[in-house]
Amino acid sequence: MADNLSIQGHAPVSESASPAEMVKPPALALGPLGWVRANLFNNWFNSILTILILWLAYKVIPPLLDWLVFNSVLPGEGVTNQTCRASGGACWAFIHEKYRLILFGLYPYEEQWRPILVVLLIIGLLGVSCNRNFWRPWLLGLWAVGGLVVATLMWGGILGLPFVPNNLWGGLPLTLILSVVGLVVAFPLSIMLALGRRSDLPIVKSLCVTYIELIRGVPLITVLFMASVMFPLFLPTGVTIDKLLRAQIGLILFASAYLAEVIRGGLQAIPKGQYEAADSLGLSYWQKTGKIILPQALSITIPPLVNTFIGFFKDTSLVIIIGLFDLMSASKAALTDPAWRGFYKESYLFVAFIYFIFCFFMSKYSQWLEVQLHRGHKR
Amino acid sequence: MSDTNRTVAPRPGDEVAIELNDVHKWYGEFHVLKGINLSVARGERIVICGPSGSGKSTLIRCINRLEEHQRGKIVVDGVELTNNLKNIDAVRRDVGMVFQHFNLFPHLTVLENCTLAPIWVRKMPKAQAEEIAMKYLKRVRIPDQANKYPGQLSGGQQQRVAIARSLCMNPKVMLFDEPTSALDPEMIKEVLDVMIGLANEGMTMICVTHEMGFARTVANRVIFMDRGEIVEQNEPLEFFNNPQSERTKLFLSQILAH
Repeated sequence: MADNLSIQGHAPVSESASPAEMVKPPALALGPLGWVRANLFNNWFNSILTILILWLAYKVIPPLLDWLVFNSVLPGEGVTNQTCRASGGACWAFIHEKYRLILFGLYPYEEQWRPILVVLLIIGLLGVSCNRNFWRPWLLGLWAVGGLVVATLMWGGILGLPFVPNNLWGGLPLTLILSVVGLVVAFPLSIMLALGRRSDLPIVKSLCVTYIELIRGVPLITVLFMASVMFPLFLPTGVTIDKLLRAQIGLILFASAYLAEVIRGGLQAIPKGQYEAADSLGLSYWQKTGKIILPQALSITIPPLVNTFIGFFKDTSLVIIIGLFDLMSASKAALTDPAWRGFYKESYLFVAFIYFIFCFFMSKYSQWLEVQLHRGHKR
Repeated sequence: MSDTNRTVAPRPGDEVAIELNDVHKWYGEFHVLKGINLSVARGERIVICGPSGSGKSTLIRCINRLEEHQRGKIVVDGVELTNNLKNIDAVRRDVGMVFQHFNLFPHLTVLENCTLAPIWVRKMPKAQAEEIAMKYLKRVRIPDQANKYPGQLSGGQQQRVAIARSLCMNPKVMLFDEPTSALDPEMIKEVLDVMIGLANEGMTMICVTHEMGFARTVANRVIFMDRGEIVEQNEPLEFFNNPQSERTKLFLSQILAH
């Protein structure tokens, strides 16, 4: 019938029918048991893999824990290297004995409060720079002042501080100074290189391309070697450039080439319409680049940028090639003590832990920053 | 024979805002603009229509030098467009453009989008720029969205912000490159209403669009382009009721069919 709006052959649904009763799901589908069932044992392949991994864990983790914790020798009264050799576990007493050498290298023992302050100061500066509200011109001034304070503390020679030549600098402060100064100077340079490579001016473009491809084509060791050994050969006799400065320049050149390509990737990802909209409003090249293009490009490239930073931070360990004792080589130096020979596992673990802390925080910060910058893009 | 390539004389006493004289453009080997002659009077509203690939977008993009013409002369408000950067900057300051895909700056709020150019190009103080921006945002009927980001707005709202952004620079000419082509049908009306309002206030406009209703309402002149040439131009009533050229007739039959 025309009044009956049901589809041919089906009885009309009564409007007063109550909704179906809500029933609880079966016990094994929820909670931790349910998660295990769904993720670890949901098919044959996963089940076998899970059992294999559990067996591996059983084989590996207890002995590892024994060595790391239960049988380890903690520093204390009367603990010597003999105690450590007698025990089969990790010798943390070794770290206690040698940590100042590992952390500060050959820096004079009584003056080591200065590099401690320097490390804290650098960490503090980095922490302050993390806050986007502080990204104003005065932050540059703060860094300049911080740099002066670091230089004064490390070198000394004034304000009553005894002078410490930079061939005695080492360990964590050296790694931090090389990385931070390297990246802070390389970053603006890399932006210029990336913009130059994309420019239409032929001389600028070919210069940038040549620079980037040359530096990228050789290992960092070679760059450091060139900077340290070859470069002085071209200088007039009697003129020397400080060894640390040579290493720093080599690191800056290296970082800028890699960062330039990362940034260029970001620049390419900006839609052409953004350039056109900026042009049609009458913005000049530098206004367009600085206010529209670069903020978007740098925001997109946070993952590969931080990736490069993290890699570069650890690459500073290569300065051993020119005789500078960064964190990594200082730890190796600690092992040359005849009384404490052989505890290389503890030494490397300690250093690895320090590197991990820094890299982990860099990584976490970059994730936080990405979330912050995308808040505005989400609906 | 249709009146191809003959400039339609501006109304007597009106000054010429834009003059294109035998303009040719090539993309590599492809001849995209073949001798365009066009004269636009101040306060005139022009709609350019035509099949895709006819060069209509290229034509208006040459007017604010987003594209470079290889032969011929383009004069905007007395300034000739050449490789001289100062001329190009002067023209771009007085010509506003609205794009098919809005091209708002996603990392800036709506208000910042609108105040960016007045502050940095016209060197206006921030407070004054914000006042002007709010005035135009009210005009396009979205003052309450001033502190939102473009990603949080609908397409129609974004396009209206784009129009407000261009208006904040107080342009003498507005160019529209298919402003409603990327919008849902419900949102087209709100954008067209803004454009009609602008037209009623005497803004010189060149609009590339497929919205023939808009052309009928607002245009002084409708231009039909095909394969790089101006095939026919006439006032809207004559153009739609009495197309002269075969190509025009074919095109109109295709777009007015549904």
